[in-house]
Amino acid sequence: MSTAESDRRSGQRAVLEIDHLTVELAGGRRAARVVDDVSLAVFPREIVGLIGESGSGKTMTALSILRLLPRAASIAGGEIRLGGASLTSMSEAELRRIRGRRIAMIPQNPMSAMNPVLRIGAQVGEPYVLHRGVRWTDAVAQAVRLLRDVHLPLPEERAVEYPHQFSGGMQQRAMTAMAIALEPQLLIADEPTTALDVTIQAQVLRLLLEIRDRHGTATLLITHDLGVIAEMCDWVYVMYAGRILEQGSVERIFARPSHPYTQALMRATPTVDATDADLASIPGSIPSPFELPAGCRFADRCPSRFERCEREPLLLDVEASHSARCWLLEDGRE
Amino acid sequence: MSIHAAAGPRSPGERLAQIPWKRYRLLVIGGALVGIVVLAAAFADVISPSSPYEIDVTNRLQPPSRTHWLGTDEFGRDVLSRAVHAARISVKVAVVAVSVGLTGGTLIGITAGYFGGVVDLVLMRSMELLFSFPAILLAIVLMAVLGTSVLNAMVAIGIIFIPGFSRLARAATQEVLRQQYIEAAHTIGMSDRRILLGEILPNVITPLLVEAMAAFAYAVLLESSLSFLGLGAQPPEPSWGNMLNTGRGFMDQAPWLGVVPGLAMFIAVLGFNLLGDGLRDFLDPHLRDGA
Repeated sequence: MSTAESDRRSGQRAVLEIDHLTVELAGGRRAARVVDDVSLAVFPREIVGLIGESGSGKTMTALSILRLLPRAASIAGGEIRLGGASLTSMSEAELRRIRGRRIAMIPQNPMSAMNPVLRIGAQVGEPYVLHRGVRWTDAVAQAVRLLRDVHLPLPEERAVEYPHQFSGGMQQRAMTAMAIALEPQLLIADEPTTALDVTIQAQVLRLLLEIRDRHGTATLLITHDLGVIAEMCDWVYVMYAGRILEQGSVERIFARPSHPYTQALMRATPTVDATDADLASIPGSIPSPFELPAGCRFADRCPSRFERCEREPLLLDVEASHSARCWLLEDGRE
Repeated sequence: MSIHAAAGPRSPGERLAQIPWKRYRLLVIGGALVGIVVLAAAFADVISPSSPYEIDVTNRLQPPSRTHWLGTDEFGRDVLSRAVHAARISVKVAVVAVSVGLTGGTLIGITAGYFGGVVDLVLMRSMELLFSFPAILLAIVLMAVLGTSVLNAMVAIGIIFIPGFSRLARAATQEVLRQQYIEAAHTIGMSDRRILLGEILPNVITPLLVEAMAAFAYAVLLESSLSFLGLGAQPPEPSWGNMLNTGRGFMDQAPWLGVVPGLAMFIAVLGFNLLGDGLRDFLDPHLRDGA
């Protein structure tokens, strides 16, 4: 554990701890490491961002927490703990009691995440039937209350409607209502706003903040949008090609992005006063998990690459509450 | 505009009145024909002018007349009464056989589609084995094993239907399985059984119900075939199949003996087929909302 990490703990017990998680994807003869030695933690009331481009392994990390990886993928090493209890060694029956009750997930695309032939109320109330064994009528009554909590107008009338009668933003609210039904300790939001238009995005994000304030929920927010991170998160992990390249408090990372990848990401994010010329793209593309470079994963695309990048860099402290996996930092200190 | 989304009238009666029936001509005609057959079966005792078993040797092979609207058979029994009572067996056999086929086929199909791998391989290969026999031959073999009775005819016809329903259910399940809401169901801690019955089944049931209507028509034909061959309903119990078989011998002297059960089968089969096609159009949201 880096010192940055221990600063953050300050005696608190983490809701979620991931230690040296490795996820492998079977592909013909070789196995690809889509998540490689990832460690992260989420503390109570904290919104933690996991940022990375497509294929960086962030969704695989999230699915590992629920132990719902696709068939071809498996956890090859490491441990995941929820409130101290190991999720990696739990039986399927024990996991089912945790999913939806203590860990809930808000899916990426709300439009396809609801069953088209079932009424909204029945779907949102389902966790009550599943985990509390209440009757359907009571579950639907709870669903109406939840829909009101997520600010859906006319919840009684909406509860008897079908998903196709809902807009994308309304469906995402309904999915969020379902996720918070049993007041989980941990909420995993996998790109909750990617499929929505900008005005709706802000509403959904505000809802996540409200849930945190009301229930003290810890949230793992997966996104590829730095703007969302800046607005929402307390702590952020930058993921690239299955590895965490930089981590720290949001203030520190935005004040002093230290990994060349993070710096490039920030340059590639449009801002109000940037001209076209200022907006940079990162040359090259993310390496295939089947052909990972031996040293630093970002070396091929890195403008500051030097000889030492042939070797795998360690996670080095930048400052308090901030560390990065880059050899440049070592040079700076020595 | 979708009937489910219709704003305003809320009562079921008003909703029914809103459906543009003219567009569903097949459904209406099929429904009417099936209605006739089902009503005949349900109220056979009330409708039929005399008992289907009452023998009257003095009035054998009478042509249609005012007392016997559709004539009498070789024992002087009223053909109309026998045809109406035969509807009862046909409908009973069809309902039970289709239920057996639909239930068995759906369970096998969604299980194979959901679990995949070895489960899928074993289940679907055994379905193909069943499928590879011609239906009537398989029915005859099953009847030979089970013994000849109406109950066994129902079971045999039901078994014949299982592979067809299972293939349809499996294909529909694989389609549904790709949807994100199945993943979402896992994330709230649903068990496999709950996902199969609560999430997948409601999504695959529509094409299966349409197929069931077509299966009704086929079941009527199969039951008649078995009875024709003497493997289904046993005389003196009337069935369109055994009536047709008897009528065959009297084609020259009393053609009504063969024509009446033949027409009855025609009405039933046509009715179920039209109802199936009409139902498909009615339940297909693309055709229904058809703008």
